[in-house]
Amino acid sequence: MSVDKQTVKRVAHLARIAVSDDEAEALKGDLNAILGFVEQLNEVDVEGVEPMTSAVEAEMRMREDVVTDGGKTADIVHNAPSTRDGYFLVPKVVE
Amino acid sequence: MTDLTDLGIGAIRDGLAAREFSARELTDAYLEAMEATRALNAYVAETPERARAAADESDKRLAAGEARALEGVPIGVKDLFCTEGVHTQAASSILDAFRPTYESTVTANLWADGAVMLGKLNMDEFAMGSSNETSCYGPVVNPWRSADSNADLVPGGSSGGSAAAVAARLCAAAIGTDTGGSIRQPAAFTGTVGIKPTYGRCSRWGIVAFASSLDQAGPITRDVLDAAIMLKSMASVDPADTTSVDRPVPNYEAALERGVKGLRIGIPKEYRMDGMPAAIETVWQQGEAWLREAGATIEEITLPHTQYALPAYYIVAPAEASSNLARYDGVRYGLRAGDGDVTEMYEATRSAGFGKEVKRRVLIGTYVLSAGYYDAYYLRAQRVRALIKRDFDIVFDAGIDAILTPATPTAAFAVASMATASPIEMYLNDIFTVTANMSGHPGIAVPAALTDDGLPLGLQLIGKPFDEEMLFRVGRVLEDAAGHFTPKRWWS
Repeated sequence: MSVDKQTVKRVAHLARIAVSDDEAEALKGDLNAILGFVEQLNEVDVEGVEPMTSAVEAEMRMREDVVTDGGKTADIVHNAPSTRDGYFLVPKVVE
Repeated sequence: MTDLTDLGIGAIRDGLAAREFSARELTDAYLEAMEATRALNAYVAETPERARAAADESDKRLAAGEARALEGVPIGVKDLFCTEGVHTQAASSILDAFRPTYESTVTANLWADGAVMLGKLNMDEFAMGSSNETSCYGPVVNPWRSADSNADLVPGGSSGGSAAAVAARLCAAAIGTDTGGSIRQPAAFTGTVGIKPTYGRCSRWGIVAFASSLDQAGPITRDVLDAAIMLKSMASVDPADTTSVDRPVPNYEAALERGVKGLRIGIPKEYRMDGMPAAIETVWQQGEAWLREAGATIEEITLPHTQYALPAYYIVAPAEASSNLARYDGVRYGLRAGDGDVTEMYEATRSAGFGKEVKRRVLIGTYVLSAGYYDAYYLRAQRVRALIKRDFDIVFDAGIDAILTPATPTAAFAVASMATASPIEMYLNDIFTVTANMSGHPGIAVPAALTDDGLPLGLQLIGKPFDEEMLFRVGRVLEDAAGHFTPKRWWS
């Protein structure tokens, strides 16, 4: 499979990254090189193989269902570019 | 008096205990060396005040006879680890001015054991790279130079600052992370020791996430002993990371002198690649010979899905990265750009804040996870991954104790020499290391030889899950045979 410039632009929009026409052209080449490289996976017989979902074979640990953390509003907004009264500020979303 | 920066952790421990020097003197020696060696671009933030305060505290503990495992040992930290109140940017512009309000579990473990933080180390942006050239702070220079040239070489990546700092004596030891080879490849390029422990051995909490099912923290050190000491302190089970494993952390040092007599070492035939440089083949055979002479049995083994590990990685890792990096939205931390609506703000922020390689991988990840492609790419890659793991399981179940391979397909290359190459050429750096990330197995790179041009080459050992002791034990035998490698000091 290979991608064209329009597809690159569509995927960039899905990823919320603005790309110029020149960037899209360069990315098209890079993406096609990578997609060409991974194509060899089609040679592998994966019939009946369960996809790996975890690198460790360990049972998920359970803990008491209690609140263990919280009350950190100041910490949470500490690094935000724009805040007011413990809230994140963003450009207007709803008219 | 010997230069204090020449001492590894083992020697520091002895010297501090015998009162031959103080922790403060040791830390000051490193701070001075760092100041004189900025040309290598290894540190992106230096924390001298904090370092001196920690060293003074260590001296008090030493005087009171209350020394901890890493008391007074000066450490450099990859910029990927969150350090409370201290510069943490994953070498990315998008985390501009980020100061975490919490500490990663691995670094917290080190400070609790008395280690001293010297500063944050350069790396590839978000740990995506094999040459430390994707950093927003510019490339790190390898302290090693080719015998016939003064050209700057790369230290490897992504933990390039960590490896360069250890090789250039700018910290006693460093910590890094390894997603596809990011500890072992730079260790091999700089003549240092680097271990990626088993997935789950170290907590990932507070480490800026790249590909969560592959990322592991580990040390880069001058020798195998120091790596054993560091990993003992770094490893722990952590309620904040459910993938960290609840098993006792062995005393790795105790395993070092056990030798290899009677061990079965596997040589995977699939790692003998077409067009492999003669120097790599030679060092690999040399490694075999050293282990055989020390009493191990060498056996050819087969890991039939080896060649598919790298392509499967370039689906799984970008897919996970595209998801992990969705959080950099210009709202919660770091950079914000654009002056239009919220979508325009997201797109402008991520366009300005991410570098080229990061954009490339986020787009690949977004594409392979997008509607209609998930089964063909991601699901297939995860199936292939299961087969790669099964290859290892079969070999280890048959009684092989450790697998010996080259660490990298070449020695260090020149800065900017890959600038016009296809991304795939850079990705091939990880061809021998990426398998252990895909399967979760531990791997260690140990320096083994110098090329004719005088550049270090490493050998890799891969072990059973949670059998890091075996890697230290066999690694020590390789190290004893190969000796130590130190670059000529041209930078100060």
